[in-house]
Amino acid sequence: MSTPLLETDGLTKRYGSRIGCAGVSFTLWPGEVMGIVGESGSGKSTLLSCLAGHLASDAGQIRYRDRHGETHLPATMSEAARRRLAREEWAYVHQNPRDGLRMGVSAGGNIGEPLMARGQRHYGDIREAALSWLERVEIARDRIDDPPRAFSGGMQQRLQIARALVNNPRLVFMDEPTGGLDVSVQARLLDLLRGLVRDLGLSAVIVTHDLAVVRLLADRLMVMQGGYVVESGLTDQVLDDPQHAYTQLLVSSVLQV
Amino acid sequence: MISVDDVSKSFTLHNQGGASLCVMRGAELCVAPGECVALTGPSGAGKSTLMRMVYGNYRIEAGTIRVGTVALETARPRDILALRRETLGHVSQFLRVVPRVPTLDVVAEPLRRLGVDADTAHARAGALLERLRIPQALWQIAPATFSGGEQQRVNIARGFVHPWPALLLDEPTASLDPANRETVLELIMEAKARGAAILGIFHDADARARVCDREIDVGRFTPARPTLERRGQ
Repeated sequence: MSTPLLETDGLTKRYGSRIGCAGVSFTLWPGEVMGIVGESGSGKSTLLSCLAGHLASDAGQIRYRDRHGETHLPATMSEAARRRLAREEWAYVHQNPRDGLRMGVSAGGNIGEPLMARGQRHYGDIREAALSWLERVEIARDRIDDPPRAFSGGMQQRLQIARALVNNPRLVFMDEPTGGLDVSVQARLLDLLRGLVRDLGLSAVIVTHDLAVVRLLADRLMVMQGGYVVESGLTDQVLDDPQHAYTQLLVSSVLQV
Repeated sequence: MISVDDVSKSFTLHNQGGASLCVMRGAELCVAPGECVALTGPSGAGKSTLMRMVYGNYRIEAGTIRVGTVALETARPRDILALRRETLGHVSQFLRVVPRVPTLDVVAEPLRRLGVDADTAHARAGALLERLRIPQALWQIAPATFSGGEQQRVNIARGFVHPWPALLLDEPTASLDPANRETVLELIMEAKARGAAILGIFHDADARARVCDREIDVGRFTPARPTLERRGQ
């Protein structure tokens, strides 16, 4: 656990003359959960897309160390090699479960597909794995043959998480994972994510605009404004003793209940 | 075990004209293993601010704070997290947890984070809840619906579930009935006996007299009158 999992150095993405994100440097260690917060347009989603390889960055470097200890430079890899790395090492949880699920395929099929893509062929094993993951994300076993569109939003999100994690990724990217959910469903999902991260030793990068979510989920926090990281550090330190004007504004703008 | 040396702290309020408020200057103290030290001083003297800096919750602007082998002022987030997990326990005044998580899991969580298996962690959590008189019928219910005193006892159980070598206690006996207050004082004495270094805030003077070896008046680290400076234009 003494070598970083993911490092970026001066990562930059421009949309024409407009800045998506600029000069982002950080080091993520195994088992760490890092939150990225900022308002709409702050560059947090652009950064996540660059990290996950969905967007090509314009400048800067990303270094990723895989489970065999080999270092990869995703920003300069071939598309095929990057896809393989993503499939074997990473997972991505979308804000909208529809973007991460196959809506016409059964719940069991949604969990089994990534396993089949990794070469598993034995039907009984795949179904067993799907059942065990349904249980883990608190979906009744007898829903295995139902399609996701028969599920509530919270269940769909939990199913997406099962599909994302079934191949034992080491690093999970999450884009507003609790975004579209009722608060009561959010709480349960937060607890589920916390337990999974702890028990599986996952590392994660979570983009959200919800400070309460990062306080409960993230070890570390980066605050973005206008494409730049304006402040970063231990989550509770950044939220309770914010140094930058923008972070102070962000923290003081949260409604108390 | 805990040492604070020449620590200063001010807050710059960027959204209020850049006003800078100096709240502490030249703070120093140390706590040895097996010792319990109380921070005293009037409200606003900086007791909580100092505790928060020792916990790594507030940034240390100048000076040094050491807990065990970790220097808080230069520690990376992961160092502070490891320190909190393994070495430095904390009973805050308010319970802040994921909503809807059962009480037993809330208390067991620090052990689970250290890799203790679920059964052992739950057994230890249950033993403490029992000692603190939280009826077993409530263990599977989330603490959000509990009374203030019950929440405080859940918080205390969580703060004593692992034998951390250093402990920060913020008003551990506030809002407790006499029997539970007694139990908490026993827990503190036991922690001292096993060698924990404890730094605490106790408004309860009698409790302070019983468990604390020394008192440190934080008032002497408070600037004569908090200086409010406007940033130069």
